Amino acid sequence: MNDLKDINIEKSLELLKTKKISSKELVEFYLTEAESKKNLNAYISLNLDNAINLAKESDKRISSNKMRALEGIPIAVKDLFCTQNFLTTAASGMLQNFIPTYESTVTQKLWDAGAILIGKTNLDEFAMGSSNETSFFGSVINPLSINNKKYVPGGSSGGSAAAVAANIALAATGTDTGGSIRQPASYCGIVGLKPTYGRCSRWGIIAFASSLDQAGPMTKTVKDAAILLDIMAGYDNKDSTSANLDDINFSKSFDKIKKLKVGIPKQYKSDKLSPEIVKLWEDGIDYFKKKNCTVIDIDLPHTDYALATYYIISSAEASSNLARYDGVRYGKRQSSNDITTLYEQTRSQGFGNEVKRRIMIGTYVLSAGYYDAYYLKAQKVRSKIIDDFNQAFEKVDVIFTPTAPSDAFEQGTKIDDPIQMYLNDVFTVPASLAGLPAISVPIGLSQNGLPLGFQIIGKRFDENSVLAAGKIIEDCANFGEKK
Amino acid sequence: MDKNDNNWEPVIGLEIHAQIISNSKLFSGASTNFGSEPNTQVSLVDAAMPGMLPVINKVCVEQAIKTGLSLNAQINKRSVFDRKNYFYPDLPQGYQISQYTQPIVGKGSIEIDLKNGNSKKIGITRLHLEQDAGKSIHDLDPNKTYIDLNRSGVALMEIVSEPDIRSAEEAQEYVKKLRSILRYIQTCDGNMEEGSLRCDVNISVKKKNEDFGTRCEIKNVNSIKSIGQAIEHEFHRQVEIIESGDKVQQETRLFDEKKGETRPMRTKEEAHDYRYFPDPDLPPLEISTNLIGEIKKNLPELPDVKKKKLIDGYGLSSYESSILISDKNNVDFFEAVINENNQRKPKVVVNWIIGDLFSLLKKNNLDIKKSPVKPSDLGELIDLIENSTISGKLAKTVFDEMFYNRKKPKKIIKQKGLIQITDSGEIENVITKVLSQNVDKVNEYKSGKEKLYGYFIGQIMQETKGKANPKLVNEILKKKLAK
Repeated sequence: MNDLKDINIEKSLELLKTKKISSKELVEFYLTEAESKKNLNAYISLNLDNAINLAKESDKRISSNKMRALEGIPIAVKDLFCTQNFLTTAASGMLQNFIPTYESTVTQKLWDAGAILIGKTNLDEFAMGSSNETSFFGSVINPLSINNKKYVPGGSSGGSAAAVAANIALAATGTDTGGSIRQPASYCGIVGLKPTYGRCSRWGIIAFASSLDQAGPMTKTVKDAAILLDIMAGYDNKDSTSANLDDINFSKSFDKIKKLKVGIPKQYKSDKLSPEIVKLWEDGIDYFKKKNCTVIDIDLPHTDYALATYYIISSAEASSNLARYDGVRYGKRQSSNDITTLYEQTRSQGFGNEVKRRIMIGTYVLSAGYYDAYYLKAQKVRSKIIDDFNQAFEKVDVIFTPTAPSDAFEQGTKIDDPIQMYLNDVFTVPASLAGLPAISVPIGLSQNGLPLGFQIIGKRFDENSVLAAGKIIEDCANFGEKK
Repeated sequence: MDKNDNNWEPVIGLEIHAQIISNSKLFSGASTNFGSEPNTQVSLVDAAMPGMLPVINKVCVEQAIKTGLSLNAQINKRSVFDRKNYFYPDLPQGYQISQYTQPIVGKGSIEIDLKNGNSKKIGITRLHLEQDAGKSIHDLDPNKTYIDLNRSGVALMEIVSEPDIRSAEEAQEYVKKLRSILRYIQTCDGNMEEGSLRCDVNISVKKKNEDFGTRCEIKNVNSIKSIGQAIEHEFHRQVEIIESGDKVQQETRLFDEKKGETRPMRTKEEAHDYRYFPDPDLPPLEISTNLIGEIKKNLPELPDVKKKKLIDGYGLSSYESSILISDKNNVDFFEAVINENNQRKPKVVVNWIIGDLFSLLKKNNLDIKKSPVKPSDLGELIDLIENSTISGKLAKTVFDEMFYNRKKPKKIIKQKGLIQITDSGEIENVITKVLSQNVDKVNEYKSGKEKLYGYFIGQIMQETKGKANPKLVNEILKKKLAK
């Protein structure tokens, strides 16, 4: 009973089904753990009022054999998903008291499957950041921090990653725009899956960059990621970019895929890459070979331009998406008799520096006279990056790369240097720009003793191959033993 | 135009904003009822709540295609929605979704008829779909502005003409013609007072055979009369500026309806940079050849064609035809009466419709579609007059009864005993009686006081409660008095 800490969704479902534990016990355990680890600042709010009641209802369903796919499983939700009648902040002062009257499609699907909201996790403000240091509610601490120093959990889904890694959540949802699920997963030693753009509905998720945002699971195991994806995925007619495809049962089908052709992009092998990452990369290649996969060198020639392209496009979209936070209808308002002053004061006080920086970059690249040189050119490069992947996927099933160029860093070391901060996303943004599914799976520890994850990118809507490859790394690396 | 301005001619292009007839808004399911209580026709999308996404309303797309086809225009099978970014309190998203570089409808044209008997072709540059904004209400409170979002997100077609228009008259005829087409095909109700059809005027002046001058855009020109006034005023203003040696400044001006003049709103330097870019929430709009074909097939005959048929086929006057074609439902009503029984005389039918029916509809603020008198009822009444069952005079009373009590004419006539007396013996008896009661007057008549003829008719009609066949009364009375 006392190993509730290290269990995962798969195991919990088994224990619930066989009535070895109750949902109430499980939920109470995680709530208590979460309260005891408040210092991590992983949660913005906990569902103290309701979670236990919901767990009791789940227990009733279980005892009357009406168990649903995620019955009684507590899930932490990134505070970017709107939750009905429950504070939703996007970690911004702008929405510090915002309580939606509606529930995002993805979270609704989770609740409909029997999952229970345990709390809303911290993030970089409006999901803009790679270290979870831009949150209005303060930084999140990486639970694997060493030497009594505070390390970042990565971002923007830093709270979700930290909660799962600290065993104060069984699993969490995240969103990934340029790496916001994968990079924190790598920094915290958990599994993070960004599905194909269009796989999960964006309806009710506070928008950062509409052409890139995608929800996904952050879990302890690859199998758990598949279990959550089964529920989170699916067509939604309220999201025009949602893909209308037949449902796939990922958790039941992904491990049937064997003998993958694995591509290694030479452009990702920079000289600056640390020897420990190079070493782990080679280990990973060996794992694939050991499991009868073919490893092939591939070419993604436009990789160098991906980061700049990403920051132009995501900032352009963000500058427009965040225009609605004007103090007129909801959220923060700094009153004035003059509408322009109201806008200026509300927005300069409501938004943090990183958000303002992105709005300014985005406004600039869309301005008359600069549009062609920045936004339009970025869109053209984006097409080239997509072409690169299309060509590569003629030869391989998945692509294997590091998730981030380093392990987690100390708080405060990069926050004043946006370029250094943005470089964290160098390996994750190409798949984002191409809308491809990608997973980060922990593979080992750095010399510092911090986790390092590796990324597997797949073809559009081929999450199954991504999960299968992720499972190979998970099984061979045996990360759980190394922690 | 004035004699002093003889050498000058205006160059005019019009931008018409036409609200699409549709039950719900362009990108949300909210209703489009005009005149509802403020902020009652607003969905979460219209209020731009966080995480809300637009979904295109198919009906609005079909209405735009229908309109495009009626303007002899090219339908673009692929068009793109863009965001036009600017801050305004009644623009919740902080951007308007519009179509910038790739509109749904391309080049087309319409023919206008001028007073001098000539007709002229005016080119249409494009038609695109866009969202309407809400309304700011400044006059409810001295210190506050109120926002009504009922109109926010309502679908508009912006129809842009080529600068082919050369006079106020042409501009007015163009708007009238466009309005009648829109009404006829039921894509816009054309109601300028309610703002469902709004007009911006682009105008410059030049001497014949010279190049175009600098143009001004006049906003808020919202009646046919205002269009004429605004153009006249602006034309003189620009000519005066040039003749005094100055240059016209490119600017946006506002038409002041009360003063009948235009005044500056903003100069080119103050113009917004709208930072248009493709809306990442909406994939490009793809229209199939099938859909266009289907709409084309069901397109009603256009007003011009129909008008010609009414004149040539039914012998109606140009005036009568014009009234009928101002609304397709009028024509449908007219043709329904005729088609039910082709013995009915078109002139008689049209007079009933544009006379008695329209007058009662107007008095009761009803649309012809909601007329309590159906085409078959009017037809029945006309037949009853034709076969002398009822007199034309009594028919008016019957018609009122039909309108207010929704009864069939035959039933009313029977209940009220209004059937015409066509039995000459019976009429003769009445006449004999009346004349014998008025021996003095008969003598006066015979001695030359012929005015008394009317008196006798009146007495006879009173005696028969108006039911005597007037023709027979005349014949018999004349005979009797001649004796």
